[in-house]
Amino acid sequence: MKFIDEYRNEAEAQQFVRLIHEVTTQPWTLMEICGGQTHTIIKSGIDRLLPSEITLVHGPGCPVCVTPLELIDKAIAIARRPEVIFTSFGDMMRVPGSDADLLSIKAQGGDVRMVYSPLDAVKLAQQNPERQVVFFAVGFETTAPANAMAVWQAKQLGLDNFSILCSHVLVPPAMEAILGSPLNLVQGFLAAGHVCAIMGYWEYEPIAEKYQTPMVVTGFEPLDLLQGIAMTVQMLEEGRWGVENQYSRAVTREGNVPAQNLMKQVFRACDRPWRGIGVIPASGYCLRAEYAQFDAAERFDVSGIETQESTICIAGEIMQGLKKPHECPAFGTLCTPEKPIGAPMVSSEGACAAYYQYGRIMNPS
Amino acid sequence: MTTNTPDLLTALSCPIPISDYPTVLMAHGGGGSLSQMLIERMFLQAFDNPTLELMHDGAVINLPPAMSEENQGEGTRLAFSTDSFVVNPLFFPGGDIGSLAVHGTVNDLAMCGARPLGLSAGLILEEGLPMDDLWRVVQSMQGAAQKAGVSIVTGDTKVVDRGKGDGVFINTTGIGLIPAGVHVSPLRAQPGDLVLINGDIADHGIAIMSMREGLEFETAIESDSASLNDLVEGVLAAGGEHVHVLRDPTRGGVASALNEIAQKAGVGVQLVEKQIPIQEQVRGACEILGFDPLYVANEGKCIAIVAPEAADEVLAAMRAHPLGENAAIIGEVVAEHPRRVFMRSRIGGLRVVDMLSGEQLPRIC
Repeated sequence: MKFIDEYRNEAEAQQFVRLIHEVTTQPWTLMEICGGQTHTIIKSGIDRLLPSEITLVHGPGCPVCVTPLELIDKAIAIARRPEVIFTSFGDMMRVPGSDADLLSIKAQGGDVRMVYSPLDAVKLAQQNPERQVVFFAVGFETTAPANAMAVWQAKQLGLDNFSILCSHVLVPPAMEAILGSPLNLVQGFLAAGHVCAIMGYWEYEPIAEKYQTPMVVTGFEPLDLLQGIAMTVQMLEEGRWGVENQYSRAVTREGNVPAQNLMKQVFRACDRPWRGIGVIPASGYCLRAEYAQFDAAERFDVSGIETQESTICIAGEIMQGLKKPHECPAFGTLCTPEKPIGAPMVSSEGACAAYYQYGRIMNPS
Repeated sequence: MTTNTPDLLTALSCPIPISDYPTVLMAHGGGGSLSQMLIERMFLQAFDNPTLELMHDGAVINLPPAMSEENQGEGTRLAFSTDSFVVNPLFFPGGDIGSLAVHGTVNDLAMCGARPLGLSAGLILEEGLPMDDLWRVVQSMQGAAQKAGVSIVTGDTKVVDRGKGDGVFINTTGIGLIPAGVHVSPLRAQPGDLVLINGDIADHGIAIMSMREGLEFETAIESDSASLNDLVEGVLAAGGEHVHVLRDPTRGGVASALNEIAQKAGVGVQLVEKQIPIQEQVRGACEILGFDPLYVANEGKCIAIVAPEAADEVLAAMRAHPLGENAAIIGEVVAEHPRRVFMRSRIGGLRVVDMLSGEQLPRIC
């Protein structure tokens, strides 16, 4: 398959593996930001091809995983309302709230629908003027432009029956939170290629400088990841820091400027709680005042819902690179894809799901 | 693959006077004259065979002479299988619920090594179903049965209130005769055996998915729905006793089928990703949706686990059959990691291929 097979070539992969082995002289801990990258690493067995000195820890870049339990409970409360058509991307459906998930609300008679784009939810609102259509707008900078576009379109169309439950999060503040923590173990980052396709990587340069940390913008195919790891290790070995771009076929330093402009028009930065990590200042997007009428949290008044996170789940530590999924006492026992305690066990980008599904029995534990 | 196209299906017009009964009514399942009309004019005419014609409470099947005592060498064991079909949409590229219901049970019998002797069909119709749709389904069942060389010899029809069904639900049950010398059972998988499949994986699931969700690709992806009994006869003729296990990887796909076999037989299975045949566009669709094709349903595929000395003959027999042109050896049974399926990835890494929990859901980004 074009643009896929080239990046899964065994001979070239083995060349990068050899290169990584050659340049590595001491232990290094690298974090891949994005859960999609985590899955490629585990699914193609990259972690087992690397020298033992290289430790990969798995970052917070799984939008479903970092969405706080409280917001999921709010989503469920809205989805239960008879006048609502609640729409969401597929992988949010099985994420557990305090007492239910969206799929079980559907089973109980709630009108919960899976969509592939927030613009489909706008269409639904047009087709169902007597119903309230709500879209669960989770995600990093990658999904923000489409969500901004949906809200912008709804405003142009004068739709008063469309709203979004917004839980957008941003990568750079999360990176700073990780690097600024006294417990931090991460020495180099594989930055998330898809996020950078939108945002560019100019935002990362001051962070790399401040924390003297190498960052390599990296794609999602096995060869991308191997090359990204090789570049990061080379920088570490040579004592260099800064931002380099492995994913140049999709990412420029400036990113997608029209998309950024649309996001700026619809969203403003706001403080955002991250599951298991806590509130990170200016780490999310909220709707601007001009678009406040499209905020589902306001429209359905779910402000009374306050939820505490599970004390068992160590998702926060995993997503900060402090622990690995199988180091969680609940992993594979109390917490499984059938009965998840935390979102990382059910999301298609969750690190726990990747370990469980592709690597479970190969782990030392 | 040749299946009935809508044009062919409507070539014979519906025998129920559409002007009087354009849709299925509750009375069509009530046991009175409308029921009788449906049975006589539609089912008897379509399924046309002397056993059904008797309209007895059940079918009486004469066992072939092979079953008589003086000729036991030809086989004395019956296979017996049932399956229910609830697919939405009823008509999809490459097939429909009618042909699927026949293929499904014929294949379940074939996976026991049996030649089908007769099928039953239980139809649960939703009030309001267009009579013409029912006729298309019934015609398609007959077309599939004829092609598989089996008759639908007994049946039942019920009608449920509008909104309480999904158009048509079909249950088919079949019995078949297992020839002497054929011993296929998941328990017979043993280290050293090779794992074969008769062609491209994941066609059915992706065909249904793309139609249900309105996903458009450059060319329509067709279901692989087909009866495998003829192909299996060829496989058994070529491999005889060396054919240890047969399994059709329907729901849950190749991964689930192989996990079940590994668990039953207490062996490990090791797959080689790049040897697994898959159509480009199906792979592309899976990449877009974030699906693993190993878990996507097939309806015309057969996994054969075969002793190594017979693998070449069995592969040749598969490839000589129209349903096996892309047949391939995709892995082997191993003594290591019992009850587990592993796969060597395209880049040479190793991963676990676990049982899937729940359904695959499309990802966010």
